Amino acid sequence: MQQITFWIIIGYFGLLIALGLISRRFSTGTSSDFFVVSRNVGPVLLLLSIFGTTMTGFALVGSTGKAYSSGIGVYGLMASWSGLVHSAVFFLIGIRLWAVGKKYGYLTQCEYFRERYESPRLAYLLFPILVLLVIPYLLVGVISAGKFLQGATAGLFPGVFPVADIILPDGGTRPHPLNGSIPAQWGGLVICLVVLFYVFLGGLRGAVWANAFQTVVFMASGVVAFYLISERLGGLAAATRMVADSEFARPRLAREGNIGHLQFFTYCMIPLSVGMFPHLFQHWLTARSAKSFRLTVVAHPLFIMIVWVPCILIGMWAAGYLGPLGPGQNPNMVLGRMVNELVHSPVLSGLVAAGVLAAIMSSLDSQFVCLGTMFTSDIVLRLSKRSFTDAQKILIGRAFILLIVAVTYALAMWLKDSAHVFDLGVWCFTGFSALFPIVFGAVYWRRSTSAGAIAAVIVTAVAWCILFYRDMIAAKPPGADELLIFGMMPVAIITALSAITFVMVSLRTQPPSAATVQRFFPEK
Amino acid sequence: MRKVTWIIFWILFILHHDGWWWNDGTIVLGFLPISLAWHTGFSIAAALLWLFAIRHAWPQEIEAWADAPASSTSTSTSPSPHS
Repeated sequence: MQQITFWIIIGYFGLLIALGLISRRFSTGTSSDFFVVSRNVGPVLLLLSIFGTTMTGFALVGSTGKAYSSGIGVYGLMASWSGLVHSAVFFLIGIRLWAVGKKYGYLTQCEYFRERYESPRLAYLLFPILVLLVIPYLLVGVISAGKFLQGATAGLFPGVFPVADIILPDGGTRPHPLNGSIPAQWGGLVICLVVLFYVFLGGLRGAVWANAFQTVVFMASGVVAFYLISERLGGLAAATRMVADSEFARPRLAREGNIGHLQFFTYCMIPLSVGMFPHLFQHWLTARSAKSFRLTVVAHPLFIMIVWVPCILIGMWAAGYLGPLGPGQNPNMVLGRMVNELVHSPVLSGLVAAGVLAAIMSSLDSQFVCLGTMFTSDIVLRLSKRSFTDAQKILIGRAFILLIVAVTYALAMWLKDSAHVFDLGVWCFTGFSALFPIVFGAVYWRRSTSAGAIAAVIVTAVAWCILFYRDMIAAKPPGADELLIFGMMPVAIITALSAITFVMVSLRTQPPSAATVQRFFPEK
Repeated sequence: MRKVTWIIFWILFILHHDGWWWNDGTIVLGFLPISLAWHTGFSIAAALLWLFAIRHAWPQEIEAWADAPASSTSTSTSPSPHS
């Protein structure tokens, strides 16, 4: 990487800050504008902002790294399932939640569940669990950003960030490939500060505008990076032939030995998570009308394809080009290294790097705003006896966002060298997917009860914690991959437990009042 | 048409599991492993399904319901602080 590339990234951050300043000028200054953009977002902006929010470091950095390790089956695991299931959730759940949100003025999921299930207790239980599940999602972003910048800036500042040479088995040495790169802790910190800045200025309006802009940037730069990398590898056919010719890389052309059948199938439950993402709920509420959803429902699978196919191919090619990774490196760095080593135009390198960071930041911003909104709306305003002005509500939201960012940053620095972005992301999605039965029941099952929902949330939390500990924290035998239960992903087990609990307890407890059913279920 | 939408949905759901190419690393179009090509086509098919859905199975009634005045029989656990 050259200095000019670095300055392009800095310039991109400057653009985002400018966007935050401009979006502030369009703000009406009310808390409704800060938290849900006055419910006035049209189809194109809704598509770009929802897509940008859904695709994070997981989609670019994580998918490339996972394809490097597990091959082309990763596309089927996440991307093609998501194309089908995400749009189904937008169609079945998103539009209906937008409708109740508009009709009754909701800002957060907890508000909706509290009234739909007639239970403040459920909302208080749900709040910390949603926050705890969003944190791994934030970690994915912060770690991805730090690792990507580290890989992409290798060799740029050897005097400032020196890394000791690698000692070879024969006693000789060779330069460390990350010598002179910006350490992950600095990269992660800068990303957090830039996002905080434009979110603080413009609230969700700033996030929606930045998301739309960043979605265009990361999609365009992804295509450019794909073209440049394939050209440098001798063209599409030569790049794939290199994989077929490499003993290390060849198994990645198929799924045998990389992914199990049940594992592949049970990944279908992971995309259900979008039905329970609190930040996506908030984005749905920004829509001007139900018709605004149409473009999102149709274009979402195509957008996923445009982003994921190049990433999967780059990850697969990386296995042939880079071979086995050395000590101190993990697959999260693969995309950064491919860009750094193969894209020799400093300007294009800078644009590609900005695109990857755009994908990461376009999720962080919505998650930050959403956590601030939930804390303000579901905790402070509910528990406090006094009334607050709009300015005070915004201030409270910002203070909570700062707290969460500090906690997330500390955790990211602790986990940055051990956590695999893809696996961490899958665990986050697992928790939200397991909560899907309660939103599905809330929308479609009149007989569902608060006791059923509370029981399902508790079962999900307990099962998730136990299995997360086993997979991500407890010591595993060397070479062990992600946790499978009877060959299935943990999401299948936890979601089944949650759904069964929800149905059984609902059927054995008092149904909601007729007035509540009438309020939330339109007459046919 | 809603039934047709969901029948196509479940057909696609089943076709996602392309076990017949599980151990097949054949390259198509000169650069694309065959299973990746299948799933790329699957993404396009999903988009076509949703295009069909928004044209023929769109829930018009939801928008009308959202725009109608809220019922006076509210059982809200408390007034929304933002409403």
